Amino acid sequence: MNRNRLIIGAIVLFVVVFAIVALIANIGGIIEWVGGAIDFLLNPQQRIATIIPCSESDGCKLLHPIVFGVVFALVIVTGFAYTTLLERKIIAWLQQRSGPNRVGPFGLMQPAADAVKLIFKEDIMPDRADKWVYLIAPMVKVIPTLIVLAVVPLGPDIIIPWFDGNWYQVPLGLSDVNVGILWILGITSIATYGIVLAGWSSNNKYAMLGAVRSTAQMISYELSLGLTMAVPVMIVSSMSIGDIIDAQAGSPLNWFVFQNPLAAGLLIIALFAEVSRSPFDLPEAEQELTAGFMTEYSGMKFAMFMMAEYLGMIGVAVIASSLFFGGYHLIPVTAAPIMGPLILIGKVVAFLFLFIWVRATLPRIRYDRLMQFGWKVMLPLALLSVAWTSISVVLGDVSGSPVVYGIVSGIFFVVVVAAGFFFLRESGDPTAEIEDDLADDPVVTGERRGLAWIVLNLVGGLIAIPFALVEMLVKSLESVGKTAQPLSDETAIVPVNTEAAATKSGGD
Amino acid sequence: MALEQFAPAGVMIIIATILAFIILVISRIFGPHRPTFRKNAPYESGMKPIGPAQRRVPVRFYLVAVLFIIFDVEVIFFLPWAVAMRDLGVYGLIVMGVFTLMLIVGFIYEWKKGALEWE
Repeated sequence: MNRNRLIIGAIVLFVVVFAIVALIANIGGIIEWVGGAIDFLLNPQQRIATIIPCSESDGCKLLHPIVFGVVFALVIVTGFAYTTLLERKIIAWLQQRSGPNRVGPFGLMQPAADAVKLIFKEDIMPDRADKWVYLIAPMVKVIPTLIVLAVVPLGPDIIIPWFDGNWYQVPLGLSDVNVGILWILGITSIATYGIVLAGWSSNNKYAMLGAVRSTAQMISYELSLGLTMAVPVMIVSSMSIGDIIDAQAGSPLNWFVFQNPLAAGLLIIALFAEVSRSPFDLPEAEQELTAGFMTEYSGMKFAMFMMAEYLGMIGVAVIASSLFFGGYHLIPVTAAPIMGPLILIGKVVAFLFLFIWVRATLPRIRYDRLMQFGWKVMLPLALLSVAWTSISVVLGDVSGSPVVYGIVSGIFFVVVVAAGFFFLRESGDPTAEIEDDLADDPVVTGERRGLAWIVLNLVGGLIAIPFALVEMLVKSLESVGKTAQPLSDETAIVPVNTEAAATKSGGD
Repeated sequence: MALEQFAPAGVMIIIATILAFIILVISRIFGPHRPTFRKNAPYESGMKPIGPAQRRVPVRFYLVAVLFIIFDVEVIFFLPWAVAMRDLGVYGLIVMGVFTLMLIVGFIYEWKKGALEWE
């Protein structure tokens, strides 16, 4: 099986490389043709005289939020289910295990199995718990993670037909309000209430400690989050997420991460703490606190807390990519608006991979160091990043030339890099010995763990999904067929005759 | 007029609430419900629970909350200025610099006073 997979993967990879070479050779003509076709399909001004913008039609204004909201909720909940599988698979891969591989091909049905299992588990209500608060807390935790993305456009406007024969231009976002940044800051803060209520109402010491810890952690890192979120606002002069994304259109060099890499890095660290992912997963430190604020929760209420955590991961991935990494812009998407969400999904998966990679790599930070890092490192650096952007933007505006902006910004960059280099060099331990035990190193043992091996296995695995499905079907049909066989003498159950069995075994 | 923009977000809040409610109801319908005394007791690693859990928390958390309020107000002042920064120009930059400088003086005082130490 593995060998076949490798061979199939090699063949498909060869075909793909050949196709890419052919594409590059004829790129101009193909782009013209594809652009024309997509233009015809998705941007049909040539065919249709009237396209009604959604904001001018009462029916569309009423229906769009409902339809989009339901579709968005279903998509993101499915995304949550498969994020759990992605996390388990990637961590298994990083730890050289197999991960879930029993339920369906490559464990693809594992999330569904988990959900079914959790639905049929008992929902325990502790005797000492405050009943209503205990019930409401998971909802308070999960609802903000669902609605925080309501202000983020997930793609450019698309034009779709509707049953009344008209074509409507609908935005791919619920409402791009003009205070989007404040909405995100406010809504993510509400999730803290879910943790506090859960920990307090459980009336359990672990839960209480986890809740108090988690609150202190979240509010400490929220300061750096708010300050670094102000950096794109300064450059764009607007708090609308749509304006911030559109200001980063064009080439990837327009992304704000290249204007202020310090703020982007701080934002990502603060978001790690905000969704309490490793290495900041103190609220759920299982060695000390069992499960933190979730200790008393079971069944679907526990699943709701997990859902909130993973939906939060997806949400902050969208927020980080919108604010600093270009949102849905990578290649120009005006010709094919449907590419926007696909690019955004690609960026979100890249961020999720980063989250999971960090979880597999870094140990959990100690609590006093967590607070000291938040207050003594993150906060001054966040103020510095705000000073960086504000001073260079204002000086650039005053002088009227982008060169001044570049020079001032470059000076800040050099100062930050040099200061960081000297500070980190002094804080490192120069006497630490480097481990030179290479017995487990894949390079020495010759294990096949290279990039080409990964790509081959990935491609071969994807190709093998239909084959595995057919194989599973055939096997299940075979087993069904076996049960229907008539009882013959060989398969009939006969009472065990010990004497006959003994003589038979003796004769053999 | 401005509040009309938030109507779709309100719809999303309703959808999210319904979704969360459905999840709670599903587990209520399909899950078994067989409470026992020991099952419903607070979990304390298998020991008999000692005393109430909703007791006083260390005062350090209170201090963190107070510091958070101060700096969060600063962040809230930063955001409107960030929107208008390019219009205000050098004047706004200097005014905001003075405001931040005062806060930084307070921050250094806290730091030296030991309010940020966790022991």
